[in-house]
Amino acid sequence: MTALAGRVSREARNGLLLVSPTLTYALLLLAAPLALVVLLSFWTQDFLEIHRDLTFENYRVAWTEPIYRALMLRSLKISALVTVFTVILAFPIAYFISFHVPTKRKPLWLFLITIPFWTSYLIRIFLWKVILGFNGVVNGSLVGLGLIDEPLSFILYNQNAVVLTLSHAWVPFAILPIYVALERIDRSLLEAAEDLGDGPVRRFLRVTLPLAMPGVLAAALIVFIPTIGDYVTPRLVGGPNGLMIANMIELQFKKANNAPLGAALAISAMVIVSAISIVFLWLNRRYLAGRGG
Amino acid sequence: MSEPIIRMTGIEKAFGDVRALKGVSMEVRVGEFFSLLGPSGCGKTTLLRVIAGFEEPTDGNILIGGRPMDGVPANRRPTNMVFQNYAVFPHMTVAENVEYGLRVRIKDRNERQRQVDDALAMVGLEGFGARHSHELSGGQRQRVALARALVLKPTVLLLDEPLSALDKKLREQMQSELRHLQRAVGITFILVTHDQEEALTMSDRVAVMFEGDIAQLASPQDLYRRPVDRRVAGFIGVMNFIDVRVLGAVPGGVEVDVAGLGRVVVPAEQAPGGTEGPIVAGIRPEMLTVLFDDSDVAARVTEGEIDEVQYFGDMTYYDVKIDGIGKPVTLAMRNTAGRRVLQPGDRARIGWGPDSVLLLR
Repeated sequence: MTALAGRVSREARNGLLLVSPTLTYALLLLAAPLALVVLLSFWTQDFLEIHRDLTFENYRVAWTEPIYRALMLRSLKISALVTVFTVILAFPIAYFISFHVPTKRKPLWLFLITIPFWTSYLIRIFLWKVILGFNGVVNGSLVGLGLIDEPLSFILYNQNAVVLTLSHAWVPFAILPIYVALERIDRSLLEAAEDLGDGPVRRFLRVTLPLAMPGVLAAALIVFIPTIGDYVTPRLVGGPNGLMIANMIELQFKKANNAPLGAALAISAMVIVSAISIVFLWLNRRYLAGRGG
Repeated sequence: MSEPIIRMTGIEKAFGDVRALKGVSMEVRVGEFFSLLGPSGCGKTTLLRVIAGFEEPTDGNILIGGRPMDGVPANRRPTNMVFQNYAVFPHMTVAENVEYGLRVRIKDRNERQRQVDDALAMVGLEGFGARHSHELSGGQRQRVALARALVLKPTVLLLDEPLSALDKKLREQMQSELRHLQRAVGITFILVTHDQEEALTMSDRVAVMFEGDIAQLASPQDLYRRPVDRRVAGFIGVMNFIDVRVLGAVPGGVEVDVAGLGRVVVPAEQAPGGTEGPIVAGIRPEMLTVLFDDSDVAARVTEGEIDEVQYFGDMTYYDVKIDGIGKPVTLAMRNTAGRRVLQPGDRARIGWGPDSVLLLR
């Protein structure tokens, strides 16, 4: 008994030793800064001077001032739209690779999907500017074809452009979890559905889609969480109406010299994202519950 | 004889360069328990999938219930299938699985519920409706798959090696249950199996398949007693193959010289495939007897030495070396009261007769 206990604790010690570099790294560079931001959000700043008395004032401002509320809701709306578009764009691609590409060629297709990552995200955003701009590819073509007299102005420097650019950027990340979920579907289940009388559409709705749901939810989460905090995209293609909450957080930390309010906005956004993520995870659990997964 | 429920003519199926089915023609009768038996890769599953509508035949045609099935997809055919891995939907309960096919067909909810309950009762799964498939054993999943198919009252039920994943005891129990169920519902069953014992015990008729074609279609008894060639004879049960020389036709049969055993006149019906070409003699283990003392008699007697003994309790299998026969001959004796079990090295007198010998191409 004692020998066994000794061994277990030795194993535990070895394990701790193995993870300790990573753990230290995580504590120092993730947990500590986060704790600092939380702390900061309860302080106040007067020009360059930080007052360290704890107060909820920043949160009151963050949750009640119309400008912050509006930006937060807009961020949620844009993220939600990006998530929906991304999943809708990713699903057919994942479906095609899983069901129609021969097994031998699937790795090649998955590899091709990563090609956009070979260029920097900034360059890809600028490419979208080239495509959507006043004298850009889209407007140039449409004017050239005589379909419009003047270049369209609603396609760049607004929320549509943000949604379009972000959706395009995140599709590859959404394809993978959906693809994995589709790959895991036992093909005989689809034959069984057909055998029991379902045509292709009904079979998709009753078997394929429900069984792919964990992948769809994972994809949604993967896209939703980072896009809500994105500030490069709205900054470059969003124009004044396309700015999101992260742009405001940056503004508070830098130009507005109000780091505590910026911190409170950041923490508030985090809480909202966490709450939404928990709902997603709960949904996913419910889907998995039915099959002991 | 009534009209066949399934009539297939010249069914061809090629996957790339591989010819999986080479012009299969056969008929399945109304209400019979029909088996497709053969080694893996013989095309039996492909043939079943052609009937179900999952594979489009390259050539040939199928009539089910008199209706041509060209271009009719699986979801419009009057067949239902029990899959090898059961394919129970993991995101649904047992009741929802059974209800799956009824959803579209029957609008009345209560009527659906009643039929689901009936189907579950039929396969002995009362009270399991709310469970999910991961809460079921292999045998129970099998029953769900059966109920799900039978509830739709198909013209033909197709079973793709449904018992191969079960352990021996459960498999034997399911065999007899399936047989009873088939008699009770009166639906035509087509079973695919590689297990000859399963095919023999369950079926009214068996089609033995090799390399994409049917070698023999017959009742289990005919298959065992009158196999058409040595492939079928070797696949069904145990068979000793012994060299033989055909001496010529005589009144009442064929005179042959069996290696190690001698000359004998074999009745014509024991050469179901004729005697043209290369012929081999086939003798079933139970067609040979050990003669323990002088009171045991047989039409013909030969001598041998026991090489190996396999004791099964009710039966003992002996491998016996007989002069003139290259391979030891397998022989089965029932262990009746007072009969002793011989040991390797013992000499024994072996009894046989003209009825023991089959002539096989």
